[in-house]
Amino acid sequence: MNALAGIINRCGDIVEDVSFAAVREYKQKTGNKALGYFPVYSPVEIFRAAGFLPVGLNGAGNKIEITSADSRFGSFICSIIKSTLELAIKGHLDVLDGMVFYDICDSARNLAYVIERNFSEKMFMDYIHLPQRSNGAAAVSFLSSEYGRIYKKLSEINSTASSTEKLRENITLYNANRRLLRELYRFREKRPHDLATRELYVLMRSGNFLDVQEHNQILSEALKELDGRRLKPKDTVRVIVEGSFCEQPPLELLDIMDSVGYYVVDDDFLIGRRLFERDIPAKGNPIQALAQGYMKNSVSSSVRHDPKRPRVDALLEKIRRHRVQAVIFLYAKFCEPGLFDYVLYKNVLDKEKIPYLFIEFEEKMWTFEKMRMELETFMESLLFEYA
Amino acid sequence: MPEINHQSPKKDVPAMHYQGRMHALQKELINRWYQDLHGVWENQQGDKKEISARGAVSLMISGNCIELLRAFDLLPIYPEINALQLAIRKQALEYLLKAEEVGYSTDNCGYVKADMAFLLEGASTGLQTRIPKPSLLLCNFVGCNTYIKWFEHLAHFTGAPLFSLDIPFLTSEEPTPDQTAYVMTQIKELIKVLEKISGRKFDIDRLREIVSLSAQAEDYWAKIKDFAKRVPCPFEAYFDSTTMMGPLYVYRGTPEGVKFFQETYREFEEKVKLGIGVVPQERFRVVVEAPPPYPYFKVFRDLFTSWGACSVASTYSCVGGIWEFDFRHDPKDPLGSIARHMLIHNVCNRNYLQRYRQIERYIREWSADALIIHSVKSCRLFSAGHGDMREYFSKTLNIPTLFVESDLEDPRYYSPAQMKNRFDAFFEALEHRKFGKTSQGTAG
Repeated sequence: MNALAGIINRCGDIVEDVSFAAVREYKQKTGNKALGYFPVYSPVEIFRAAGFLPVGLNGAGNKIEITSADSRFGSFICSIIKSTLELAIKGHLDVLDGMVFYDICDSARNLAYVIERNFSEKMFMDYIHLPQRSNGAAAVSFLSSEYGRIYKKLSEINSTASSTEKLRENITLYNANRRLLRELYRFREKRPHDLATRELYVLMRSGNFLDVQEHNQILSEALKELDGRRLKPKDTVRVIVEGSFCEQPPLELLDIMDSVGYYVVDDDFLIGRRLFERDIPAKGNPIQALAQGYMKNSVSSSVRHDPKRPRVDALLEKIRRHRVQAVIFLYAKFCEPGLFDYVLYKNVLDKEKIPYLFIEFEEKMWTFEKMRMELETFMESLLFEYA
Repeated sequence: MPEINHQSPKKDVPAMHYQGRMHALQKELINRWYQDLHGVWENQQGDKKEISARGAVSLMISGNCIELLRAFDLLPIYPEINALQLAIRKQALEYLLKAEEVGYSTDNCGYVKADMAFLLEGASTGLQTRIPKPSLLLCNFVGCNTYIKWFEHLAHFTGAPLFSLDIPFLTSEEPTPDQTAYVMTQIKELIKVLEKISGRKFDIDRLREIVSLSAQAEDYWAKIKDFAKRVPCPFEAYFDSTTMMGPLYVYRGTPEGVKFFQETYREFEEKVKLGIGVVPQERFRVVVEAPPPYPYFKVFRDLFTSWGACSVASTYSCVGGIWEFDFRHDPKDPLGSIARHMLIHNVCNRNYLQRYRQIERYIREWSADALIIHSVKSCRLFSAGHGDMREYFSKTLNIPTLFVESDLEDPRYYSPAQMKNRFDAFFEALEHRKFGKTSQGTAG
């Protein structure tokens, strides 16, 4: 096995491990606490500066069976809500000292409080309100106060002193992380044949469970190794994938997209990990810099409302920037924010005559024949009808 | 605390029509509002210039700040009321199917779907009136994330300007000073926008008068809710409260609103004096959680009445505001009290466990026998986690709890026979628990 395959395999194992062994190992080694965060975006710099390992929770894929959580959340609630609760019920989340939720949707908000009621003896829960309006002084100032509040709370729990320097250090570390991810995506765009969708995905998602310093090292090494990779380009169609910003599609589905012949040159998987378009300044007031970053420097997302920047414009801009032939909408079943956005995207893409395919998935699914067929049929239509 | 009659009266009850003065007054007011909106629409067509050039503003029910619109003589458009009117008049399915044709998922909120299809069709209301194009889309994000999407869609398809009022979610009993300051700043920004679209200057004294009228209506509303503590209960605190919510949200801050609640209060006061209950023989007192199935509103109500069951409190009647626990708009601090209303005193912006506490309080102070959870597919704000709520009330608190599922808009999710079976089985068990005997034959 070459070095690159070794890195990617390790990342894949970490991503698929619902026992959170990497987090346990880190805690044992450092004595630090761990803080789980629910999608989509999280100010991880603040968590780490207060001495917590930020742990990104994105459900349990098809790796655990839902046996208890579905009696708490109805059949019309998306899988990630239930799998997260199931992870807690089965004890997998015992490794966490706390969990943080955001105002991304009504189901996630209620999950926060169901977690609090049932697991408050094991961990604390916090809820951060990320402003749902255009950027402006009031929103930045409010968000700064929210971040200040959580930093103070976490520092008290951990008995650590507040430190501007520590916050800046963390901004620097995560800026580097986001830069490396941007570089990976640029690589994928330029040389999609040399980096499979699953490979890029696991390299990125492994960062949910590792300390940022280690993750930065992994990404740097992967990029170095990738540079020397020379695989044969295929005759394929360039697309972007949109819609999987919270619940994540099964890895098998990513493989199918590649095998059917799509080059996914951009997507919104784990978009919270790379929300910022530019680095956050590691000088001045770091809390304020992070709040400004969220309000003024973040990419469009289904869970961030900005009346001055409609999402449809952002999607069209993305399509043009990447020079793709089509869009694959990949939505989690029952995802309200995503499914609503699809209506407006569809409306605009129809007008612009840009082809698209709509697919619904559930993270817990394990048969993919129907989707393969849909992806193949769409590919044929792209090759013959739109060609 | 009233004494509960533990004798089991007979449960043969005559067919109910659920009418009374309150219902007639409500109908009159809602019709008038629709006519007023139609007037604005006609004026927009440019062919009837004599009609007032008032503007109309779309906003949402939860923690609504209608007082601010009234201060600029702007009419409210409530897309939710439009959606529920379609459902209760059994017109929703047609629009839901049309919405699905344009790309809305079967799993999206039925309210949004019906309202958006209605808009895209340019249809007339059940009263043959039209809804005008709003001068402003005021997205008052008070708890419900679906509101944001709804208003984004309205903005996309109407081109009307959108103002977002971002109310931080209530995580503790009192908002933090930062949360309050954030809301106050936004209210002031909103006032500037309302000045612009209405062409009127903001007058704080005018707002004080409006807020004072709100407080008077709220006083009566709170006293009405208090009547539900009496045995027998003089009105249905789920179904009748839903009817009263129309004037509460549309006419709060007006003399008509005060008059409606004053007259309704007198009507119920009379019933209390005479010992007349809303169900002829009150046998069970229940608390209801979440919205009703509007496409089957009367059928659903009959399931309660046929067993002599009366709702004494409901969380749904608090979507737009909670007034039974002492909150009132305050003419001395009009803007501050509007902010507090949106932040704290409505069920949508309160967290899920605060809702558990509210229901517990209802059960205790309104002397209820049971909790009925009507989980609606459309509304995740209410329904996500209802299984946990059932677990808490039935297992931890040992309160008889019925959990049923359907929808507030989409008739395809309501199964009449299955729903009746569930209710009958529940009330039979409750009868046994309360009166210590089993039912003679089936109810209703």
